[in-house]
Amino acid sequence: MSGTDLLVVRGLVAGYGAAPVLRAIDLTVPAGTIAAVVGANGAGKTTLLRALSGMIRPAAGQVLLAGEDLRGTPVEQLVRRGMAHVPDGRGVISELTVDENLRLGGLWRRDRADAGRALDEVYQLFEPLARRRRHLGHQLSGGERQMLALGRALVGRPRLLLLDEPSLGLAPRVVARTMALLRQLRDRTGLTVLLVEQNVRSALAVADQGVVMSLGRVVIAAPAVQLRDDVDLRHAYLGF
Amino acid sequence: MDRFVFLTVDGLSRGAVYAAFALALVLIWRAARVVNFAQGAMAVAAAYVAYTVSAATGSYWLGFVVAIVAGLLLGALVDRVVMRHVDHASPLNPVIVALGLVLLIQAVLGMVYGSEFRPAEAPFSRSALTVGGVAVLSPYDLFVFATIGVVVSALAWMFARTPVGLRMRAAAFAPEVSRLLGVNVGGMLTLGWALASGVGALAAMLVLPTELGLHPHAMDLVFVSAFTAAVVGGLDSPPGAVVGGLVVGLLLSYVSGYAGSDLTPLAVLVLLLAVLLVRPGGLFAPVAARRV
Repeated sequence: MSGTDLLVVRGLVAGYGAAPVLRAIDLTVPAGTIAAVVGANGAGKTTLLRALSGMIRPAAGQVLLAGEDLRGTPVEQLVRRGMAHVPDGRGVISELTVDENLRLGGLWRRDRADAGRALDEVYQLFEPLARRRRHLGHQLSGGERQMLALGRALVGRPRLLLLDEPSLGLAPRVVARTMALLRQLRDRTGLTVLLVEQNVRSALAVADQGVVMSLGRVVIAAPAVQLRDDVDLRHAYLGF
Repeated sequence: MDRFVFLTVDGLSRGAVYAAFALALVLIWRAARVVNFAQGAMAVAAAYVAYTVSAATGSYWLGFVVAIVAGLLLGALVDRVVMRHVDHASPLNPVIVALGLVLLIQAVLGMVYGSEFRPAEAPFSRSALTVGGVAVLSPYDLFVFATIGVVVSALAWMFARTPVGLRMRAAAFAPEVSRLLGVNVGGMLTLGWALASGVGALAAMLVLPTELGLHPHAMDLVFVSAFTAAVVGGLDSPPGAVVGGLVVGLLLSYVSGYAGSDLTPLAVLVLLLAVLLVRPGGLFAPVAARRV
């Protein structure tokens, strides 16, 4: 760990319409670590990611990315600040080919040469995608879509990756491979990940920090090891 | 037989214009999910600008270029000033606003230019060349084919091969995801309106010399034909719009040649109705994508 905090969230309040889903969220993710946000359905996990990436406008609170306040930053600018958000359902554009989806992830970059290198790296990282470059998004399997969405985010060389339910609807083997890949990216490139998961076991297995949300609040933020080992905690909030 | 050849060529020539106009409708439909009923009036407005410029400078080609530029600007303006602020929750809202725009533009044109027909000049001869004793193509027909061929190919190339084309397609298919990937979705929408309106202006410049001339309502019937062409092709399909345009052009040419020109407006509406009844998605409707 490098010791600096890449993402700092203070008193974040957000929601849809009048009733806030998030009630004063405080959260810190150090650079080069993986934080897993877990909790029951309706705890506000997805809303948290959407508020962080500006897809919904927070009613109050502060989001700092590497010390920069993100308030008022348009969604399309966040990727230029180093934040990549892979939404739930993964957002593969089914009408575009694999190659087009991937290139889209790097189109905003001024450094065209490095965008090309990043694209090649993603193809090396995800072999099956390289074989299906010309296939349309809707012709892919669930696992391939997962790779495509993740790869597309990586083409932008993000500092912070927001991942919403990467295990949703995937076979355990695919989930394990994804989690291993996240750990590998953290170790090799210093990528920081904020991961939202229903699959608590695999999320905590890979994470450095575990964040438990309940009814729009962070109830526990602790080292993932501690959450894995504390039976009372697990029973109270995580149900296993 | 001579007559058939003549009607076929004439139909394809008109059909090429319908194809371009239908393509403009498809561009906006794909980008904004709005059927731009104001497109005919917008195109006529651009043609009036060209008429003014040509009358002042004596140059047809300067007017031609100005018409396309005016079309591009008018499209961007309509998006930014009007359509951007329309609530798209009900699909009827933008339609009503577009129809309001038609009334507004036609009224303003009537106030400024009056409502008599003004002659629309053709840059090339419209009398057909004879090949082997059969009257086939006029130089003007060739000009129409070439211009529309170039524009359609350029658009196809732009959408399929360039970064801005990729951004425009992504923004149209998945605006939210595209924003997360750094695409300026609002800008792409304005660009789509501008391009469509520019193509519409070009189509008006090409078709007006073959009609009665310049008039605030001069594109009304062309719009109906082009709209039919777009529906025949499926509103989502640019190649469909081109084929639909040619089909409608041929049909109208045969109907007008063999059954009388009074029947052409009726024939368009019959075709529109038939397609909507039998294949409402159009002949080129893509297979519905699996959504996950």
